Amino acid sequence: MDFGKLFELVVSSSLVNNYVFTMFLGLCIFFGVTKKMETSIGMSITFTTVMMISAALSWIVYKFIMVPLNIEFLLIIVFIGIVAGLVQGSDTVMRKLAPDLYNKLGIYLALISTNCIILAVPLQSVGNKYNFIETIAFAFGSGLGFSLAMIIMASIREKLELADVPVPFRGLPMAFVITGLIALAFTGFSGLITL
Amino acid sequence: MSAAGEEQISYWELIRNGILKENTIFRLALSLCPAIAVTNNLKNGFFMGVAVVVVQVMVNLTISAMRNFIHPRIRLPIFMLVISGWVTIVNLVMDAAVPDVYKDVGLYIQLIVAFASILARAEMFASKNSVTPSVFDGIGMGTGFFIALMIISFFREVVGKGQVWGIPIIDAKPLLILILPAGGFFAVGILMAAFNWMYAKYFSSGGHSH
Repeated sequence: MDFGKLFELVVSSSLVNNYVFTMFLGLCIFFGVTKKMETSIGMSITFTTVMMISAALSWIVYKFIMVPLNIEFLLIIVFIGIVAGLVQGSDTVMRKLAPDLYNKLGIYLALISTNCIILAVPLQSVGNKYNFIETIAFAFGSGLGFSLAMIIMASIREKLELADVPVPFRGLPMAFVITGLIALAFTGFSGLITL
Repeated sequence: MSAAGEEQISYWELIRNGILKENTIFRLALSLCPAIAVTNNLKNGFFMGVAVVVVQVMVNLTISAMRNFIHPRIRLPIFMLVISGWVTIVNLVMDAAVPDVYKDVGLYIQLIVAFASILARAEMFASKNSVTPSVFDGIGMGTGFFIALMIISFFREVVGKGQVWGIPIIDAKPLLILILPAGGFFAVGILMAAFNWMYAKYFSSGGHSH
């Protein structure tokens, strides 16, 4: 396996093609949990883990079940099923086996199934014809990028609590403008790696 | 929804509710991803909006028609199945009918599946009401989303490129930043603030908290 290629994939999916700042996915969760640093760190951990498992699982199902049966057009239905099933399953397993962890991260798990990134990663890895290892690297990079975005945003929004923002801009509109500024900074990464 | 007159809520009221009071993007701040991603020109925004309206109406229709047969405990998987079925149909139709637009917005059309707003309407409205009000609710919510997309993409295309639907109208140097990814966030932030301001000024009859 070409290690350099994998590294490129991780860097490009976390920085250059950051899901939040250049692809605009996962915004609902992004704006929802970044009010506090603690929640966004919890979300980052849960999210990256679930993302890697679901991408790997989807890849296996696609390669060994859907392609031989010629049912690629059912992509969306199958993948959303996998994600929802996985989230529900890990919710149950975690509650039984690791109640402590469940109390900390359980609520994020429920939120994840409505996240578009978790569905976009398998869809894109199929679209780009990645192999198994590349899919995992891609999922890891995307998770890393999303975590980075959430942590940056949370640290800014905690400070924002003290700022005097004009009334119509309070809350979300201001968060959007700030995200725009960060996105502008992330534009600097474009062209760093071309795949 | 207001407590008074819930039984006799008119169809017009349902549509108005979706467009103004519970506007998916500007008021509820749901399903924001495509609102920014595909709105760098009017054409993409238009087709994305149409896709969402169709999915929302058809999902509401299907679910309200089936609502007596769905066991409450397995309702969410069934809703997801219905939604992804309709999204698949719309996805395939768009791919065949408007391939040049599909190239840009294809991924986001597939991701309509994960729209919180569609699942939320299925759960909150369509599963409790009969077919006709559900369809109107779908039209209202879908149109609210559609209008929001049109406003954002119009704003971005005019200011960012000086064009409307690819036709140049302003003969001046455009503010390129608005069609960049970052500009999408600025545009939505500013428009959202404007919508808040307008709502507070003209439509506030109390009862909303945001």
